[in-house]
Amino acid sequence: MEPINTVEGRAYPLGVKNVDTDMIIAAKWLKTISRAGLGKGAFEAMRQQPGNVFDDPEYAGSPILIAGDNFGCGSSREHAAWALMDMGVKVVIAPSFSDIFSGNAFKNGILTVVLPQEMIDRLMEVAKTDPIHIDLEAQTVTTPFQDRFRFEIDPFRKSCLLGGLDEIGLTLANTAGIDRYEQRRVADQPWLVPVLA
Amino acid sequence: MTQSRTLYEKIWDAHVVERREDGTCLIYIDRHLVHEVTSPQAFEGLRMAGRKVRRPDLTLAVPDHNLPTTARIDGQGQRIPIADPESAQQLAALERNAPEFGVKYIGATDPEQGIVHVVGPEQGFTLPGTTLVCGDSHTAAHGALGALAFGIGTSEVEHVLATQTLLLKPSKTMEIRVEGTLGAGVTPKDVILHVIGVIGTAGGTGHVIEYRGNVFEEMSVEGRLTVSNMSIEGGARAGLFAPDEKTFAYLKGRPMAPRGADWDAAVAWWKTLRTDEGARFDRSVVIDAADIAPTVTWGTSPEDVVPITGTVPAPESFEDPTKRAAAEKALDYMGLTAGQRMQDIEVQHVFIGSCTNSRIEDLRAAAAVVKGHKVDRRIRQALIVPGSGLVKLQAEKEGLDRIFIDAGFEWREPGCSMCLGMNPDKVPSGERCASTSNRNFMGRQGPGARTHLVSPAMAAAAAITGHLTDIRELTGEEA
Repeated sequence: MEPINTVEGRAYPLGVKNVDTDMIIAAKWLKTISRAGLGKGAFEAMRQQPGNVFDDPEYAGSPILIAGDNFGCGSSREHAAWALMDMGVKVVIAPSFSDIFSGNAFKNGILTVVLPQEMIDRLMEVAKTDPIHIDLEAQTVTTPFQDRFRFEIDPFRKSCLLGGLDEIGLTLANTAGIDRYEQRRVADQPWLVPVLA
Repeated sequence: MTQSRTLYEKIWDAHVVERREDGTCLIYIDRHLVHEVTSPQAFEGLRMAGRKVRRPDLTLAVPDHNLPTTARIDGQGQRIPIADPESAQQLAALERNAPEFGVKYIGATDPEQGIVHVVGPEQGFTLPGTTLVCGDSHTAAHGALGALAFGIGTSEVEHVLATQTLLLKPSKTMEIRVEGTLGAGVTPKDVILHVIGVIGTAGGTGHVIEYRGNVFEEMSVEGRLTVSNMSIEGGARAGLFAPDEKTFAYLKGRPMAPRGADWDAAVAWWKTLRTDEGARFDRSVVIDAADIAPTVTWGTSPEDVVPITGTVPAPESFEDPTKRAAAEKALDYMGLTAGQRMQDIEVQHVFIGSCTNSRIEDLRAAAAVVKGHKVDRRIRQALIVPGSGLVKLQAEKEGLDRIFIDAGFEWREPGCSMCLGMNPDKVPSGERCASTSNRNFMGRQGPGARTHLVSPAMAAAAAITGHLTDIRELTGEEA
């Protein structure tokens, strides 16, 4: 997982409430064998509407997405996080997120920022013309117009995101412990290593 | 460490890498089985993060879920491609991932190929006292050999591949004790179906079950595999049997089992893997063997069991209103009416196979019933799907294939087949199947398919008579 600290760039001003994981990535994309490449299926239905933010060249490749309440509700599919990641989104800002989605996003190194609706409204305004700056260390979202919004985040998640540590990364941080255990086991029970022809 | 411990606690304690304050433990995983359906994104995750498989030597990959069970090689010795593009893609991914990450791979046309839960024990990959995982809930089967074995999700598959560990909270313990003498025609499948009927599909939730008592002690290793396999149908993530002389005899000489001095050292440790005198289980269930009849399911949950001599229950007979509603829905789906005799229920399909019942003893039991008979003309399809290529070879050596083919069964290549409707073997909508598999969920064997779970002998009997049949009547044994 890539560490994340400061992110600066344009943001997709989506603003819609109750964006469910089916809207983020439809069921027909779930038969894939890969986490990569799901970006092309992201927000497929929305993209069929003319003038949608995802196909507006103004916002192409934005690392930030601004949405309404309850982002990521519905099915638990981790593919939703994989799809956002694949389209280059590193931060989603919304008034609230579904628990499952924010867990999945966290597992994949995507920062979810919760801010009150009035701040979201302001950011939606700014996003139409200017970049937005996020500083995870300082827990702030700032704009070129002196806006400075502080957000809360679980300290454990913050340290994982800053260090680029997913659950596997965290376990691997204790590789020495696993090594010691393995050495002891193999010394005691050498037969545990199977005879592989 | 001098206090009395259960078998589960002994295996758990031996695998703790690190214990955290909240009781969560980092548990070392000794054996990892991988198949084509739940592994592609896990390997992809490793690739994206630039990670390796920590212990490819403790990992074994075998395709089973998606593979068609029809011929895999044509007359010219060429591999026959899989028609379904998504299945073909998942198989191709495993064929790519295994060598890329250095994982031993048993391929679709190798003689050792089979259902992961048949292959593991058969190869001696599964060993007593080890922790074993696989991205499949029927991993519980391996507990028959005294391995702590359970199913995991794709993100956990990736975690094990990368770290050879899992973060787990200890389970509660439950003993299921079956004592006494089993009646005629009662097989390990009937025992576990009866047990699930007693404890319910959520009875073992949060627990690891240890199977104890003389019935399980006297049971063959293959019978124990059938029982432990269905622990998950009783809600338990894992089942366990204490390893004994039968276990050691089963494993000795298997290709991946220890040899020589290693074998002796292993057996010496395995002999200590018994629940201590005075150890406490969180829950205890005692069942009298004499209460168990040849058993069949009537509904759409594995707990919906009834003796073959019984009738379809009336929804009103259930006091719990949610259970009553479920029964109504189940009867509607199954096309059955309350009071109907189970033995009058006609079937159009018979499936003998799956990780529950596809081993050589299962095929022998089925062949013993079939010998000298023909599949009833009303049966549309009767499939025998050996659990592995080696089971198939052994059966052919014993002439069992001839018995089945002469009677009108189809003799197939190994795989998960009609157990899960994920490959071409499916039961058509509205049609009924006597099946030796493990789940009778709605749509499990195909959309609209109606499943009755039975033992191999009872499935064979249904094929001959065209309806669910009391095996004891067919073979003239006393009920």
